Amino acid sequence: MNDQPKTENRKPETDLSGREYLGLKSIIGPLLVVTGVRGVGFDESVEIHAPDGSRQTGRVLAVGQDEAVIELFGETVGLSLQNTRVRFTGSPLTAPVSIDLLGRIMNGMGQPLDGGPLPVGEASRDLNGQPINPTARTYPQEFIQTGISAIDGMNTLVRGQKLPIFAMSGLPHHELAAQIVRQARLLGEEGRFAIVFAAMGVQHDVANLFRQSFEASGVLNNVVMFLNLANDPAIERLITPRLALTVAEFLAFDRDHHVLAILTDMTNYCEALREVASSKGEVPSRKGYPGYLYSDLASIYERAGKIQGRSGSITQLPMLTMPNDDITHPIPDLTGYITEGQIVLDRGLHQRGIYPPINVLPSLSRLMSDGIGAGRTREDHSHVSSQLYAAYDRARRIQSLAAIIGEDSLSSGDRQVLNFGRAFEEKFLRQRPEENRSITQTLDLAWQILKELPRGDLTRVTEAEIKTYGGG
Amino acid sequence: MATMTETTAEVIWVSGPVMRSNGGQVLSMYEMVEVGAERLIGEVIALDGEVATVQIYEDTGGIRPGDPVVGQGAPLSVLIGPGLLGQIFDGIQRPLNALRQATGVFIGRGAQVTPLDRQKAWLFKPRLKVGDTVAGGDILGVVPETSAMEHRVLAPPGVAGEIVYMAEPGAYTLNDAIARVKDARGRETELFLWHRWPVRQGRPYKERLLPTEPLITGQRVLDALFPLAKGGAAAIPGGFGTGKTITQHQLSKWCEADLIVYVGCGERGNEMTGILTELPNLTDPRTGRPLMERTILIANTSNMPVAAREASIYTGITLAEAFRDMGYAVALMADSTSRWAEALREISGRLEEMPAEEGFPAYLATRLAEFYERAGSVITLNGSKGSVSVIGAVSPPGGDFSEPVTQQTKRFVRTFWGLDKELAAARYFPAINPIDSYSEYPDLVAGWWAEHVAPGWQEMRSQALVLLQEDYQLQRIVKIIGEEALPDTQRLTLAAARWLKEGFLQQSAFDPVDMFCPPAKQVKMLKLILETFRKAKEVMARGVPFYQVRELGELGALMRMKSAIKADELERFDELEKSLNDKLESLAG
Ligand SMILES: Nc1ncnc2c1ncn2[C@@H]1O[C@H](COP(=O)(O)OP(=O)(O)O)[C@@H](O)[C@H]1O
Ligand SMILES: [Mg+2]
Repeated sequence: MNDQPKTENRKPETDLSGREYLGLKSIIGPLLVVTGVRGVGFDESVEIHAPDGSRQTGRVLAVGQDEAVIELFGETVGLSLQNTRVRFTGSPLTAPVSIDLLGRIMNGMGQPLDGGPLPVGEASRDLNGQPINPTARTYPQEFIQTGISAIDGMNTLVRGQKLPIFAMSGLPHHELAAQIVRQARLLGEEGRFAIVFAAMGVQHDVANLFRQSFEASGVLNNVVMFLNLANDPAIERLITPRLALTVAEFLAFDRDHHVLAILTDMTNYCEALREVASSKGEVPSRKGYPGYLYSDLASIYERAGKIQGRSGSITQLPMLTMPNDDITHPIPDLTGYITEGQIVLDRGLHQRGIYPPINVLPSLSRLMSDGIGAGRTREDHSHVSSQLYAAYDRARRIQSLAAIIGEDSLSSGDRQVLNFGRAFEEKFLRQRPEENRSITQTLDLAWQILKELPRGDLTRVTEAEIKTYGGG
Repeated sequence: MATMTETTAEVIWVSGPVMRSNGGQVLSMYEMVEVGAERLIGEVIALDGEVATVQIYEDTGGIRPGDPVVGQGAPLSVLIGPGLLGQIFDGIQRPLNALRQATGVFIGRGAQVTPLDRQKAWLFKPRLKVGDTVAGGDILGVVPETSAMEHRVLAPPGVAGEIVYMAEPGAYTLNDAIARVKDARGRETELFLWHRWPVRQGRPYKERLLPTEPLITGQRVLDALFPLAKGGAAAIPGGFGTGKTITQHQLSKWCEADLIVYVGCGERGNEMTGILTELPNLTDPRTGRPLMERTILIANTSNMPVAAREASIYTGITLAEAFRDMGYAVALMADSTSRWAEALREISGRLEEMPAEEGFPAYLATRLAEFYERAGSVITLNGSKGSVSVIGAVSPPGGDFSEPVTQQTKRFVRTFWGLDKELAAARYFPAINPIDSYSEYPDLVAGWWAEHVAPGWQEMRSQALVLLQEDYQLQRIVKIIGEEALPDTQRLTLAAARWLKEGFLQQSAFDPVDMFCPPAKQVKMLKLILETFRKAKEVMARGVPFYQVRELGELGALMRMKSAIKADELERFDELEKSLNDKLESLAG
């Protein structure tokens, strides 16, 4: 199979691998400098043996004629300059991948947390993966019903998409993700599905919530969990999502699974990246994040999609907390520039007790237009969605006006739009965490609330659609 | 090229895409090099004493000090010849289809692939004959490359002399010499169906022309309000999800250029796949052929090596210039120039250069200027007319246009299509904010519109802009006191602005009827809206209250006409105009 990502590519001649050195020149933050090295390659993985016998992983960040700079994925506590042993492996960081990982729980570096044995890989794959050739991709267009109206109706998810949730601290984004996982119709439908769950710096409770949710829906045996929890070393977070996606790629493209990859919380990942960048003394760009944050995030998010001739797929559901609830912060901003849309949560809706608190206006599914319509969802879907957007946007504007001049001073037309806005939030948006609406139910509900609008405002749906679905 | 194998120098340091070698005295600036056993491709970007700094276009994992660095004796160049059309290349013109053959569905390293198929035979018809004098840029002959387009085989710029051999009409591969030229000193040079050109050097032309012909895009807000001229440059800045890519896709599909060069620079893989899937199935309304046949794609997606991303823009514009020199009108899309600027920043950071604003190198503005300067309408070396129009997407952090790339870009483009997050949130597309946007071409292209479409174009355009400006002012008041509190005449202005915005400017890329709107239909629609506005004003002056106008259900037709009336039923606009006029008149009667 010449189609496999080639890790062999990067193996140097055997006589050069496995070189060991005793002693470091310096330790600066997570960076170790070793001198006197020969034959060391950029980006090769390194084992670091502390005097107490413990072993950690690193990789070569830069290498000159005499000196190599190593990034350590772990703690420098207990390392000494004299007695630390460094072994260069001669290959890039790899992960063992295997179908047997399904059902397992590992830490953020891939060590078992469930008491089971160390996984025996069917193959060993480069953690960084390789870009999918655009000529080899299949454009994603299969509708995934999540049962959530705000998503299915207005920000449709398709198989192979990368669609993040932009959360705010204290909002129920994990509950929302768990509901998607429970209800998403990709599960079960085609038999071969898997969930790859990567936690970066999250609380125990969150990991548990997902575990229980997987258990409750009886899918635990199809799940691999990689958990870097809040009290685990931050720098390991740089590895965790790559580990998870390396496994996801194997399951999807070698073992024909439809994989749903859940990555949470990408904000913690970015923070770890910033920490490392600043200890390297790099010139920061916005808010202290490195200038290559975009490319770095892309190397994670682009590992989603479908490939010609392979029956599996990777659908990514990353989650991130917007610092300060600010969508223009570099983390959500650069994510939005890479992913195929975003589901944005809203504190105001949450405070008014609306679940799921999705603000549809800044939300987007870029792959929606190809995933909906006659034969996929329903012929009126695209127009109905567009009409809901236009009207809800207007309703929100009128709401702010009403706050100034009072509802009584509004024109009757404006009052109708305002009522539409309320119906939208109360009937369409709001649903129970266990409520699973079919796409037909969602679209019918949309028409029901569109009736609140003055007829002249229905400019984005056709006359024929109004006749068929809008009760004439 | 690849025949030179002696090691020129050795790697002495490597980190990410940047490597230093000890070849400072033997390599030259921008020379291409091959590095390591896998012969990774790189380019010299700095020389200092013994040290030559190289940026490498492929993943550098595993590269070690001591690895060989082999100079190629020439700068990074593209190959110009038949076989480019309908193809997709990476940032350094490696065909992605060939890469897939070589390394599989995942892009591997060190694949040795040629940009153009050297085995394929092309039908060549000479235009010159033995004894003719020839100079660089002359058309030696033509190859009917696709049924939509012929490839005109150019004498490489720099060549001059007399033709001493010319191939007979027939089938030739890129390996066959098709002509021989003897220069003034009696030296003979073989010419082929192809030649090379260094990407960082603009191709020569005879003379620059003032751009006077609009680049019709079929997108109303662009053509009617903020036109781009053939040979002009436009920027389309906007936060994520505001419509940069869809607009560029729309232009790639429908704009009236002979050739599209689409550079996906640091953006999504699926977007390139989307074009690859869509274009072959769309028909060019002008040639009846699949649109893919007039398209060249350059794809260096966000997760592909960053140095090749930096090069991709130059690869794209050099190919565009080559077709300009064949006498074609070319449109180049660059999505996104911000990712290119970031690639510059990343490389600059690794060189430990002094950063200017936001970490970008101080030469950002110069590089942007050089790039946009390569747009233009020209008389080519062979005396024909050709043009390169450049449309660059800009992705400002946080959607804030005050950042360096947007600000610097503004200095070098004459059309600015500013995208608006709020419009996009309401799914008002194209989300081009008519207040922020501008074009400096209307006066230049008005003559074309008057001659080919409608004499009143410029006047209608001005009226539309005035209406939008008034609407903008009024909306600020409405936000505070509500619409009800305004006098009737102002409420009519708001209503008319709504007809204009929703009925005319808004245009869905996904509406099968409306995705492309020809100029004649644009003018009909705009005239109808302005005429209805005028008539409504008139009857209100005669005492008709605004609410009667507002409640006229028939006016809803203004919002639906874009999809309800097709481009070949233009007479229906006249009927509609008459009936609305009568309806309004009857209110007064
Ligand atoms: N002209 C248009 N017609 C219809 N929808 C559009 C149009 N422009 C943008 N959109 C919508 O906006 C989304 C984002 O557009 P896109 O061009 O991908 O944004 P950007 O490149 O600025 O991030 C698209 O997926 C599409 O749904
Ligand atoms: Mg885009």
